[in-house]
Amino acid sequence: MNQQDEQVLTIYERSKPGRRAAVLPDAEVPETPLEELIPANLLRSEPPRLPEVAEPEIVRHYNRLSRRNFDLDTGFYPLGSCTMKHNPRLNERVAALPGHARLHPAQQPQRAQGALELMWLLQESLAEICGLPHVSLQPSAGSHGELAGLLLTRAYHADRGEARTKVLAPDTSHGTNPASVTMAGYEIVKVATDERGGVEIDDLREKVDDEVACLMLTNPNTLGLFDENIAEIAGLIHEAGGTLYYDGANLNAVMGHSRPGDMGFDIVHVNLHKSFSQPHGGGGPGAGPIAVSDRIEPFLPRPQVVRRESGNGSGPSFDLDYDRPKSIGRLRGFQGNFGVFVRSYAYILSLGADGLAEASETAVLNANYLKARLAEGRAGKHLPIAFDRHCMHEFVLSGKPMKKDLGIATLDLAKRLLDFGFHPPTVYFPLLVEEALMVEPTETETKESLDAFADAIDQILAEAEQDPEKAKQAPYTTPVRRLDEVKATRKPVVRQPLG
Amino acid sequence: MLAAIGVDSVAELFAQVPEPLRLDRPLALPEGMSEAEVYERLAALAARNADCEEQVCFIGAGMYDHYVPAIVDAIIQRSEFLTPYTPYQPEISQGGLQAMFEFQTAMSELTALPVATAGLYEGPSSVASAAYLAIGATKGRRRFVVSRGVHPHSRETLATYAVGFGAEVAEVGMEDGLTDAAELAGAVDDETAAVILQSPNFLGSVEDVEALGAAAERHGALLVVAVDPMTLGVLRPPGECGADIALGEGQPLGNRLDFGGPSFGFFCGAEELIRKMPGRIAGETDDVDGRRGFVLALQTREQHIRREKATHNICTAQALNALAATIHLAWLGREGYRELGELLLRRTAYARERLAAVPGVEPLHEAPVAREFAVRLDAPVERVLERCAERGIAAGYPLGREYPEHEDGLLVAITERRTRAQIDDLAEALGAAIQAEAGEFPVHKTGKSPEGVR
Repeated sequence: MNQQDEQVLTIYERSKPGRRAAVLPDAEVPETPLEELIPANLLRSEPPRLPEVAEPEIVRHYNRLSRRNFDLDTGFYPLGSCTMKHNPRLNERVAALPGHARLHPAQQPQRAQGALELMWLLQESLAEICGLPHVSLQPSAGSHGELAGLLLTRAYHADRGEARTKVLAPDTSHGTNPASVTMAGYEIVKVATDERGGVEIDDLREKVDDEVACLMLTNPNTLGLFDENIAEIAGLIHEAGGTLYYDGANLNAVMGHSRPGDMGFDIVHVNLHKSFSQPHGGGGPGAGPIAVSDRIEPFLPRPQVVRRESGNGSGPSFDLDYDRPKSIGRLRGFQGNFGVFVRSYAYILSLGADGLAEASETAVLNANYLKARLAEGRAGKHLPIAFDRHCMHEFVLSGKPMKKDLGIATLDLAKRLLDFGFHPPTVYFPLLVEEALMVEPTETETKESLDAFADAIDQILAEAEQDPEKAKQAPYTTPVRRLDEVKATRKPVVRQPLG
Repeated sequence: MLAAIGVDSVAELFAQVPEPLRLDRPLALPEGMSEAEVYERLAALAARNADCEEQVCFIGAGMYDHYVPAIVDAIIQRSEFLTPYTPYQPEISQGGLQAMFEFQTAMSELTALPVATAGLYEGPSSVASAAYLAIGATKGRRRFVVSRGVHPHSRETLATYAVGFGAEVAEVGMEDGLTDAAELAGAVDDETAAVILQSPNFLGSVEDVEALGAAAERHGALLVVAVDPMTLGVLRPPGECGADIALGEGQPLGNRLDFGGPSFGFFCGAEELIRKMPGRIAGETDDVDGRRGFVLALQTREQHIRREKATHNICTAQALNALAATIHLAWLGREGYRELGELLLRRTAYARERLAAVPGVEPLHEAPVAREFAVRLDAPVERVLERCAERGIAAGYPLGREYPEHEDGLLVAITERRTRAQIDDLAEALGAAIQAEAGEFPVHKTGKSPEGVR
């Protein structure tokens, strides 16, 4: 076996019979034969073939694997709509305190007052940031928040004796929006984008009727542009009796500057793993709390964290309120991703009112600076901005001229960026823009790292002018090169075959 | 930077926000704090919680106080696992993708089903996700039959989702701690998309899944079984009992309690269901040089490609939590995993017997149990819990709210952290509390009248 193959063995391929890491406590109780405890037909005959590996090998194995990952702590990660901002380590420390980490979710509320108060404080903070009075922390991620919002909309209309069937969303919306619409039992209707990158009002006017339950929007939208007509849009939807839903994926642009509630939104989800610094973990965990207006409040998920005044001078107490007769019910087990709440609340405390506003300012400044840098020279020529106006926290370039003139696609540029030590932007999204690259630098990058990224793009384009094959075959320096995704889908191998 | 952009101030960049929509005041939040101050603030909140270091915890109900080995924390706190996004660029995400592949292998082994996904949010919403899959897999049937033995949170979550699916949920009752087989057989019909069971069920009993599942098979419905991943070293796995889908709450594997999350849900199924499954699935493949590598397979199921036609809306899920489980399972290993299952069974049997010997405590049912069991108390459950709590014991989970028919019921969970001595203490504390409530003991010993105690 050569060294290369050694690197990619799975933990199962490192298994040797008889090896182990765990030492368990003694049972301390009689060794009753299992058949006397459980009927024999309900017992397992052969244990699952888990790996047999000692602790030093487990540690080496996963450390080796870790080196085959690129991560935010190593380099620039301008992944559009994902808000890859720095994850403060203080948050990990406070989340790991036993009072948080080893607290059972069914602990009696009177013995979990700190946790319930933290949740209540986070609810209040998010309500203020969103400009909507009521918050449920329950949804587990953004898409879960979307589903919650749509089920809330359904409950709201049902309560009024209405049954509506359609949900509107722009053609630039995140894929989760239409997927959530289907799961909530509605039909999606796409709304067109105007030449300034916002919702096309005439198209919207044509599609809004009393069948429309909701309009789902991101503002700033996935082009990184603030929709200047939002007040008019909100008016149209509300006049027709629908709700206005805010996909909070892009909230990082407007914290402390503009609030979805003030824009007319009824329901907002917040991605704590984007704007509020919960680490992404390679694909989770996240959390997707929702903030809602008064008319939606009666339908919020159960249980709800509430503050009760004591009346006897001993100060307020906190509780879980299950007595919510109009509630849509539970969306998940227990109270939500509390560990994420701890991190995000620590983040909000650290930054404070001034810091949150400054974070958004810097995010917008960084995006506009990088956009300006990429409007120069080769990038400006081959990768024009899709909608040429000041952006908010992100912007979208089109690789269409690059593909035509240089023969390299957006995918090739993205793969070549890997050789330069950068995570590529989000590619081929939004669908509206051909060969799209969506760039979100976030506020936690320095001017130097933005410049280095712009320089790398220029260098790749210069190289492609000479030799487009270089990019088309990239990457070269990564642990593996381009992978055969077709094979993985046609004949999927999704687990280790064992003897 | 402003010069490069061609503006004089950052405020100019915000000019695209119409003036009436600009917040003309600072957010009504405190000013920012130093790291030390934030730490103190959060530590003060944490100190007001009775965690499992302060109280001996016999509460389970789906989440358990297991020991998480130190290497789990050491590995999942590495930047390379903690801070990347979802592995959309596989060339620089091989570590995370291979970890997913190993996770899927482990879950497939545990459940004895051939296909596992990379994970969902947590247990209860995974049940709703299985029901959603069942609608598609049965060509649009919209009825679910669910046992009352399934976790109340799962049933409530299913009911919430079912409104969106336009589906009906029929609940089947229990008899002596087990799903009522006759009622179940009668409830399943040709419109039923899925029969949903849990084993061990919420009252701790090990169900005969194979026998119960026959009704599903007769009517062409999917058999969906929620399982406890800490019991599958000893209990017959769902894949050998005819389950089409096995899923569950993953917290017992490598994840801390965290007051309920984040944890993860696992989701395993039959081969033919793979293209209908929710969420991410890692698959093995080769790169252009023929080297082994891993990618996100079957992405055409997912929302970012298929949009409204996706099999599910899930995007960010619980990758890091699934990695914790993968490491924990490697640490336990084949033998350790089985031994732990045996230990839980035997200690639970001891605890059940020990508690049943306490005057005023009797088993709620006689069905076989694995790691959790229900008892009936001859005193108000909340008062007994309060008295035990004052002695530093979280005695269990009261059944009354979710099972009004068991107003006097208490669910007691055992982990490898609950020693024999602690179990004996629990028995003594329960006995003393029940006696005190019965008035045989001076009630005022604790300094509180019964009315003053919640």
